[in-house]
Amino acid sequence: MSAGKAVGIVLVSHSAAVAGAVAELAKGLAGGGDTAPVAAAGGTPDGGLGTSAELICAAAREVDRGAGVAVLVDLGSAVLTVKALLAEGDELPDGTRLVDAPFVEGAVAALVTASAGADLAAVEAAAAEAYDYRKA
Amino acid sequence: MLDAALFRRWMYAMAAAVDREAGRLTELDSAIGDADHGSNLQRGFAAVAAVLEKEEPATPGGVLTLAGRQLISTVGGASGPLYGTLLRRTGKELGDAASVSREELASALGTGVGAVAQLGGAQAGDKTMLDALLPAVEALGSSFGAARDAADAGALATVPLQARKGRASYLGERSVGHQDPGATSAALLVGALAEVAG
Repeated sequence: MSAGKAVGIVLVSHSAAVAGAVAELAKGLAGGGDTAPVAAAGGTPDGGLGTSAELICAAAREVDRGAGVAVLVDLGSAVLTVKALLAEGDELPDGTRLVDAPFVEGAVAALVTASAGADLAAVEAAAAEAYDYRKA
Repeated sequence: MLDAALFRRWMYAMAAAVDREAGRLTELDSAIGDADHGSNLQRGFAAVAAVLEKEEPATPGGVLTLAGRQLISTVGGASGPLYGTLLRRTGKELGDAASVSREELASALGTGVGAVAQLGGAQAGDKTMLDALLPAVEALGSSFGAARDAADAGALATVPLQARKGRASYLGERSVGHQDPGATSAALLVGALAEVAG
């Protein structure tokens, strides 16, 4: 990774195991040394299934390097919570964006792109493009 | 006129109602959802009651924006951002006024309900909380009791509907015949208002 200021990636799932595993998968596939910062925000703080605004905000702050943060989400309340936090205006770092992308494929595309030093718009486009790859 | 003290009593009454009805909400949610609506709202409104005790906001708008923010940060399900957005947007709309009229609340609540519809991408008839809230806002122009009755009727009217939003939508036609838990809790919120202000 050439630039010091990489786009951060936050992965929000209803399950801590899913968010953590997808982060590991993306890091493994982005490979080749350092990757852009990625953080998992899965489940509730007590380890249950659900969405935690607290974990999402902490994850976004953790990966924020000043170049923007791309947030990828799985289902229902994860989508709604991130949208509600963005509407708050001051909960998430400046330049945080909810990315409309498939969770696993989008996470890999986003991290590979961010690790190559791309800006937030390019990261978002790469993640969203994962929708275009049909499997059957 | 409705002041901050009344709005706090509204939130306390909602916390009590959610406590009382948590079992029923979860039962409704176990039919078509993931069986956590009662416990999620219980946790959320208990946190709302606690923060209102501590911070004592001085205006109706302050009470609702604080309550909404608390719901977004403490509820681990979709009801957190949805109810949080409802109360926050309504609170912001009420602004800094020390007290508001029923008509002003009806108008602000209409804005809040619009924000919920936008957040969830739902409309009337989708078998969501909107089916209780939309008729309640309209009836609130007449009286608190009318709003409560309209919300109750709206919640009941979700029984024959097919869910088009949220987890229940995956069930398709199997969601028909069950009352929507979100519309039911929304009716509790309007009922709590009628209880303290009616």
